Amino acid sequence: MIVGQISRIAGPVVNARGMEGIKIRDLVRVGELGLVGEVIEVKGAEISIQVYEETDGLKVGEPVKSDGRPFLVELGPGLLGMIYDGIQRPLEIIRDQTGSFIARGATGDPLTKKKRWHFVPTVKAGAPVAFGDVLGWVQETPAIQHKILVPEGIAGTVAKIKEGDYSIEEPMAELHDGTKLHMRQLWPIRRPRPIAQKISAGVPLITGQRIFDVFFPVTKGGSAVVPGPFGSGKTVTQQALAKWADADIVVYIGCGERGNEMTEVLTEFPHLEDPRTGQPLMNRTVLIANTSNMPVAARETSIYTGITIAEYYRDMGYDVALMADSTSRWAEALREISGRLEEMPGEEGYPPYLASRLAEFYERAGRAICLGNHKRQGSVTVIGAVSPPGGDFSEPVTQNSLRIAGAFWGLDARLAYSRHFPAINWLTSYSLYLDALQDWYTQEVGLEFVQMRQELLEILQKEDELKKIVQLVGRESLSEPDKLLLDVARTIRDDFLRQNAYHEVDAYCPLKKQYYMMKAILAFYGTCKVLLGKISYEEMLRLPGWEQLSKMRYTPNEQTESYFPSFIQDLSTMSVTKEAVA
Amino acid sequence: MNTPLYAKAHRSINEIKGPLVFLQSIPDVRYGERVTLVDSLGRKKSGQVLEVSERATVVQVFEGSDGLDQKSTAVFFSGDVVKLGLSEDMLGRVFDGSGNPRDGLGEVLPETERPITGSPLNPVCRQQPFEFIETGISAIDLMNTLVKGQKLPIFTGAGLPANRVAVQIARQVIRQSKEELIVVFGGMGITSREYNYFYKEFQDSGALANSVLFLNLADDPTIERILTPRLALTTAEYFAFDKGRDVLVILTDMLNYANALREISSAREEIPGRRGYPGYLYTDLSMNYERAGIIKNQKGSVTQLPIVTMPNDDITHPVIDLTGYITEGQIILSRDMDRRGIYPPINPLPSLSRLMNLGIGKNKTREDHRQLQDQLYALYAQGKEIEKLTAIIGSAGLGTTEREILRFTERFEHEFMNQGERPRTIRESLALGWELLSEVSRSELRRVEDKYIDQYLSGKTAATPS
Repeated sequence: MIVGQISRIAGPVVNARGMEGIKIRDLVRVGELGLVGEVIEVKGAEISIQVYEETDGLKVGEPVKSDGRPFLVELGPGLLGMIYDGIQRPLEIIRDQTGSFIARGATGDPLTKKKRWHFVPTVKAGAPVAFGDVLGWVQETPAIQHKILVPEGIAGTVAKIKEGDYSIEEPMAELHDGTKLHMRQLWPIRRPRPIAQKISAGVPLITGQRIFDVFFPVTKGGSAVVPGPFGSGKTVTQQALAKWADADIVVYIGCGERGNEMTEVLTEFPHLEDPRTGQPLMNRTVLIANTSNMPVAARETSIYTGITIAEYYRDMGYDVALMADSTSRWAEALREISGRLEEMPGEEGYPPYLASRLAEFYERAGRAICLGNHKRQGSVTVIGAVSPPGGDFSEPVTQNSLRIAGAFWGLDARLAYSRHFPAINWLTSYSLYLDALQDWYTQEVGLEFVQMRQELLEILQKEDELKKIVQLVGRESLSEPDKLLLDVARTIRDDFLRQNAYHEVDAYCPLKKQYYMMKAILAFYGTCKVLLGKISYEEMLRLPGWEQLSKMRYTPNEQTESYFPSFIQDLSTMSVTKEAVA
Repeated sequence: MNTPLYAKAHRSINEIKGPLVFLQSIPDVRYGERVTLVDSLGRKKSGQVLEVSERATVVQVFEGSDGLDQKSTAVFFSGDVVKLGLSEDMLGRVFDGSGNPRDGLGEVLPETERPITGSPLNPVCRQQPFEFIETGISAIDLMNTLVKGQKLPIFTGAGLPANRVAVQIARQVIRQSKEELIVVFGGMGITSREYNYFYKEFQDSGALANSVLFLNLADDPTIERILTPRLALTTAEYFAFDKGRDVLVILTDMLNYANALREISSAREEIPGRRGYPGYLYTDLSMNYERAGIIKNQKGSVTQLPIVTMPNDDITHPVIDLTGYITEGQIILSRDMDRRGIYPPINPLPSLSRLMNLGIGKNKTREDHRQLQDQLYALYAQGKEIEKLTAIIGSAGLGTTEREILRFTERFEHEFMNQGERPRTIRESLALGWELLSEVSRSELRRVEDKYIDQYLSGKTAATPS
């Protein structure tokens, strides 16, 4: 135990002296209240500490203690469904201790010690095991088998292992050298959990959101950034992804955002069903809630806490999606602490190491062959929201994130103003994963998928050019094919890209339905092209196809196969005869 | 804020700079501790410890450091953080920006004391907002509904009638709620003209009896503005969560608050962020704005309506921008509409209430509310586009539909938005909305379901109460 004294207090940064032997990133307890902090600067025996709780009331001379260990998260069964703050304190237990408002110095075990889990071994006595090997599993939730992994630094031959009910503290196996193995293990959050090998990914993370799945997909194990000015729907987008993405596990980090938004997640998730398993969404979710008014240093930590938990489930062989809302608030926490340390600032006051920290974080995403037996494959997909000041994408957090992430989903305030949600700009956004996913789409969804996507994008691109002309000379001066293109583009925007996150059916659109919807639009476009010149344009606009297209997204998802093929058939033959026009 | 008699006077001031007083290191001083300073003439000022170290103690003086000197100023440390005494007798009272009575009615006997910084509400204890607040203004009630527990700022420009709108809202919500709701008003850096206006309006309308006012005037010390919103919010939390009342907090003008913060930051020689504001502006603002909400299984709510001036009408200004990121939507006043005599000049296009969906619909306002709002919004947006187009190519090239939409836009602005001071109930607003929809042909009404069109479109509204 190292014990020193406080020598200076300035907001979340506290200095202490007499701390010989302490290492950077070690965990310390500050003052009489024992506030949690982390060492961020060491000068001999003098240190700077970022304190995860408010420092009001601290005095110079109060003790600072450390047992020389870094900040560790607890990993083990019981994580799913939990709501933690940035330093993995369980918020529900803290409520029981301190009431509705969070008092300082509150503590609670991240994982319950009371619950006994039924452990089923998958190795037998006599088997040699090493770091990362699966010893067995417990059924953590109805849909998730929690694999119990050998912790780091342990290797040997299993002497005893027995099926039965254990708490996380009771050993369920023992090695020949006497080492006891538990279901709980600890991991320092700032060190990525090791893997055997990173592999390239060719499977998309299906989100049920048309703009992402069709236009700008992200792979399982990929990374995406969602920058947008306020009011453009970042959080709604993140939440829709957390709800509908086809990941096994979702880690949602509310990093410096609104309290009421976290409440929305907390209120909705237990009632929403996972479309794949029929289980409550909460059963596959871990929430990290460090709202904007909670201590700023814990906000800096929250994304590391989150990604370590995500990696832990990846190591079991699961596909994990991590949403961080918002990485700008994390970067601001970094800036605030850097300022208090009186470091030389870089761009816009952010510390010069902003770019490398962001890269370290995003690089923890990926698809991997996990350590240990069974050659398990798992992935962590990272989707980071960015809140650029004034909506200006040239600012450092957006730019540095773009350099790393594989997909860019640019939110657009003008689309949001016109209530086009999700307000993703289809002209500026991009995905670098398209080539890698081409084969998957062709095989799994349909031959023309990739080609139709291209056609739709080209129509939208052409629309953008035509709109500039319309602004100068008016719509009436356009040729009929151009008018038709504009109307089809409008249908693509309004009836395909727009998606109502609050609508029962439209909130989630299966991939096959997305495919049919594209096909329907293009089929109708084809029909109209044939009709051009044969009927007047006024008549063309009265074709029932327009309205039918505007309602197709509300077709119940389970009727996709029964409804669309004949619908598309109708659209392609429709009204070539004149009756339909009348 | 009395000085404890036992406290020792410290006279070891090294330096006085702007609002900051630097003392030699004093043992046992706490970070954030409340301080009283007494100058050579016996005048008292209050302050707070901003930094403690083994070398120095830094105190920020709320009333400004004018008149303090290095030799004779005595500094008393209270041993405790800044607290506010609270009591139900605060209703109907007017205080200054530091919490001292401004109305000459004497001190309030506190029932309890609270630190003014507050504690973060545990996210698992928050109740999702669900109840609509009727402000009587159609542009808010129908278009950007305010919900109990929400924080919805008004972004305004110099010379726009934000304060008039704020007072009107305060008055009307008290009246509409049958005095169930109370208003806590925090004024930072308001002019004496505005002060007179607020005071008179609150008194004349009878709203004062259900209000608590904290007013820091433009010529009051700048640094005091750091305290004012915290006092208002501490009071609001007391009434909401101790007394179970619904509280609406109006804070004007948060730009002045942020500027006070900047002043302290630059006096401390901190590394500035955008436009000289400190790097922790976001955190600091959110510590105020996040003090809104409802607690599960508990009566009472705190709703916030902060007013922020956009310097030079610039919505990307850091204070506006950060406010927008923290709050749940925004009401934006438009200079253009104000020039055209529309009151309240709320621009519906960039305005947004993020929590609207939680407070409207069946059993709350009415089942058609969401769709009607969507439709009005879409048509108005379209109308504004057509207006722009007309300015370029003239109205000759317009089709029938476009002309209809233009007529709708015209009436929407002049009848619906321009309602003046007369409050409308939500029913009246909905009825007027439907009436305006009758300007356009039915095929253009794509955002409302047929059943609502049949039920509510023109003339049939009155007959169908839901």
